[in-house]
Amino acid sequence: MNNSPLLQCNDVRKVFPKPDGAELLVLEGMNLELREGQIVGLLGRSGSGKSTLLRLIAGLSEPSAGHLRYLGKPISGPAPGIAMVFQSFALFPWLTVFENVALGLEAQRMPRADIRKRSLAAIDLIGLDGFESAYPRELSGGMRQRVGFARALVVHPNILLMDEPFSALDVLTAETLRTDFLDLWAEGRMPIKGVILVTHNIEEAVLMCDRILVFGSNPGRILSEIKVSLPQPRNRLDPSFRELVERIYVEMTTRPQSGTSARQERFPGLGIGSQLPHISSNLLAGLMEAVAAAPFNGKADLPEIASDLQMEIDELFPVAETLQLLRFAELEGGDLKLTEDGLAFAHAALDERKRIFLRHLLTYVPLAAHIRRVLDERASHSARKSRFIDELEDFMSEEAAEQSLRAIVSWGRYAEAFAYDDENAMFSLENPT
Amino acid sequence: MDRFAPYVFLRGLASRWDVLAFIVVIGLIVFLGETSRGLFAPLSQLNLTPLSLDPIHLPEYAARTTFRMLAGLFLSLVFTLTYATWAAKSERAGKLLVPILDILQSVPILGFISVTVVFFMSLAPGRVLGAEFAAIFAIFTSQAWNMAFSFYQSLRTIPLELMEAAESFRLSPWMRFWQLEVPFGMPALIWNMMMSMSGGWFFVVASESISVGHTTVTLPGVGSYIALAIEQKNLHAIGWAIATMLIVILLYDQLLFRPLVAWVDRFRVEQEPGVRVPDSWALTMMRRSRLIQGATVAFHAAVMFTSRAVKRTDKPIEAAAPKRSLDLLWVSLIVAAVVLGLWHIVWVLIKNTPLQEALNVCGLAALTMLRVFILIALASLVWVPIGVWVGMRPRAAQIVQPVAQFMAAFPANLLFPIAVYGIVVWKLNPDIFLSPLMILGTQWYILFNVIAGASAIPAEMRYAAANFRVSGWLWWRKVALPAVLPFYVTGAITASGGSWNAAIVAELASWGDTQVRARGLGSYIADATIAGDFHRIVLGIGTMSLFVVIINRLFWRPLYYYAERKYRLT
Repeated sequence: MNNSPLLQCNDVRKVFPKPDGAELLVLEGMNLELREGQIVGLLGRSGSGKSTLLRLIAGLSEPSAGHLRYLGKPISGPAPGIAMVFQSFALFPWLTVFENVALGLEAQRMPRADIRKRSLAAIDLIGLDGFESAYPRELSGGMRQRVGFARALVVHPNILLMDEPFSALDVLTAETLRTDFLDLWAEGRMPIKGVILVTHNIEEAVLMCDRILVFGSNPGRILSEIKVSLPQPRNRLDPSFRELVERIYVEMTTRPQSGTSARQERFPGLGIGSQLPHISSNLLAGLMEAVAAAPFNGKADLPEIASDLQMEIDELFPVAETLQLLRFAELEGGDLKLTEDGLAFAHAALDERKRIFLRHLLTYVPLAAHIRRVLDERASHSARKSRFIDELEDFMSEEAAEQSLRAIVSWGRYAEAFAYDDENAMFSLENPT
Repeated sequence: MDRFAPYVFLRGLASRWDVLAFIVVIGLIVFLGETSRGLFAPLSQLNLTPLSLDPIHLPEYAARTTFRMLAGLFLSLVFTLTYATWAAKSERAGKLLVPILDILQSVPILGFISVTVVFFMSLAPGRVLGAEFAAIFAIFTSQAWNMAFSFYQSLRTIPLELMEAAESFRLSPWMRFWQLEVPFGMPALIWNMMMSMSGGWFFVVASESISVGHTTVTLPGVGSYIALAIEQKNLHAIGWAIATMLIVILLYDQLLFRPLVAWVDRFRVEQEPGVRVPDSWALTMMRRSRLIQGATVAFHAAVMFTSRAVKRTDKPIEAAAPKRSLDLLWVSLIVAAVVLGLWHIVWVLIKNTPLQEALNVCGLAALTMLRVFILIALASLVWVPIGVWVGMRPRAAQIVQPVAQFMAAFPANLLFPIAVYGIVVWKLNPDIFLSPLMILGTQWYILFNVIAGASAIPAEMRYAAANFRVSGWLWWRKVALPAVLPFYVTGAITASGGSWNAAIVAELASWGDTQVRARGLGSYIADATIAGDFHRIVLGIGTMSLFVVIINRLFWRPLYYYAERKYRLT
């Protein structure tokens, strides 16, 4: 095996400019190496910058600092030896399967006969034989993503980039596609030397990758690197497989040591300027009920409850973290444990629930307390939304401020802490008549 | 792809589709030759062979009118693909190009004719070509702006992943344009082309017989045939012309737009199953015929060949941050141009226009505005209930929808003589009874948008209403009207814009040597045009554009956003 790495990232950093001139840091201190014969997984939640890193590697955008090298040469623009498979397939609906696959070769201005030969070979390899003249709209999701794979493989890339390629598919289809891909990879029938897979599905990462880089958010950075040395094909029920999954859950829910990062994780040490996730009270109540009920009885192992509720980490973590933020649960060591009030909430009737929720909302969410205080102090008992948006924008982007306020509005309405009139963008203490 | 149909050459020498296609193609060639023959003839030729009201000439006149329409459409397409692309690709240029387009949209189209006809005549002095240019330009102005707008919007909304795919497979900009951007914008573009058809017919008919001051040009065509028929008070001839136009539009629809709409269906990105694929016999013919297949293959090969010829220059997808100093320069250039232009306009107008005149024009504009609003309201009262009723019944909608679209495409000005005849005969008040002509052709937009809206009401919502026994006025207030409001507003905006345009023709109509006039900005412009008074033309058109822009900004646009936000069912 060749010793020089296919791909190297050194101290890569990416900032996006904000409209007000400030900068938003999305990636920091990225170091990554891809060697021949490896599948490297980038695992993290949405907003952890893993897709941004993938686009840097694909040459679709440029790093603000640091170096990216492909085969030792700096990456500037899309490199011929790097191809990408997209989450939503990104097929051209007006081209047939054959034309979609051939497009990358047309762009290379290859002789027509070679284009035909190679496109048909790629189509055969990926199991699309017979679908050459079909349009993407005639295909199921799984078949469409196969076209996505064929289109990427036909240019004979050294590196295949995959951006959550299975997340838009149903569970069964995704599993078939994964297995087919791993078979082809193991048999060495694909013209690729290395793979980078972006995913937010922990089991998928453990199933497919040789190395997993776990990403943290705000800003996006690598929390840890996990080597997977289980032999292929891997079995999800294998105890060592489960153990790895469990370990990654723990990794992803451990609060960082204070001082490791200048910025803080989303919730601990919350001030008015923390960004709030928009999680409906139904989801919060639902998760509390599920954890309170048997077999968990107040304390649930995250991988277990995730598979129990059919939720991916991208869906489960924000809910769990919001429970933690509201002090209804604690998140530690891969477990979700309800607090006393959390348990009380789960067992209470609607009115009692609202009382508990109101107490926690006003005690533990400074923004809610702030809004309530402003409304109480004013003679009119009403305040414009823009007033709070302006305050929040000192701490976060306009978009994040809007999202935080949407969260506060929905929680405030549930707790009956205050009312909100969307038409006039006004907060008030009145109840609608 | 021969691999998938290997024995194609064995299947008979020619299919019946080939025969049909052959006839159509040869017919087109003959048609082009016939109609373009007179182009380079000297202008005096027109006077030597005066127009004749004999219906036997109508096919030829219709062919000429249609040819102008096609030429205008082609020019609009060229304009769209260049102007809109430039506006979308260059942030700097877009800042200026987009507002320009917006203003151009509001300028009454007949205004363009009266101002530009002299210019075009001078391009080919003494030849018919110049007048043809002017007429074709009129069609161009009635179609180009909203086509360009739609393509610009499409270019700005291409899904990011498709752009990234094109980029990561290293398509050259030229290839990306033809393989991604044009196909993506195609459905909206074709739809807009169809929408502006009505305007096109309206103005090609109006522009065939132009007289600005001393310049009078009569191009052979259906429009000038009508003009002559009016002059000679020949009701029979008008009947013939209307029948001809009906047939022409029907053919146009069947041979051009239906195939286009059916064909463009494959370019839609949102891929929801279960939607009925539009269907067109002409398209089937084109697809089945190898003759035409050959032509499309040739076009495809040309795209591919040029794609290969144009090299890709490597550059990441993100545009470099624009340089501040250049931006400043650009903005100051624009400001300078605006100031210069404003000064020029003010100078020319003020110098030649007494305040009295300006006030008078504003008063007339207010009168026309009143007419437009009242007519829109009346048309809404009639068509909204009917549209809702039809829209709820899929069977009825299938019949009425194409009829409404067809009516919208029919140039209503062909019907004006009949109305004028009636007003003259019964001695009606023209201030009131000329007004309906303004909305004659545009009211259909309200109808077919409301039909579309009503048929888009989800069945579950209707069941829910029925289940809770919501009926009568409550049903209209809480269910039907809110559900169709976003659609209605779209239709009303189009109808209002069209009515302003039509005012120039509708407020001053004649029958033989009898003139019927309604007081308003439209008749003011028409008078000025006949008198060849350049300053009054500009003043009138400027005022009309200003009114349309202001009404759009202050009334229609807020209403549109409000309806979209609150009542759009997603």
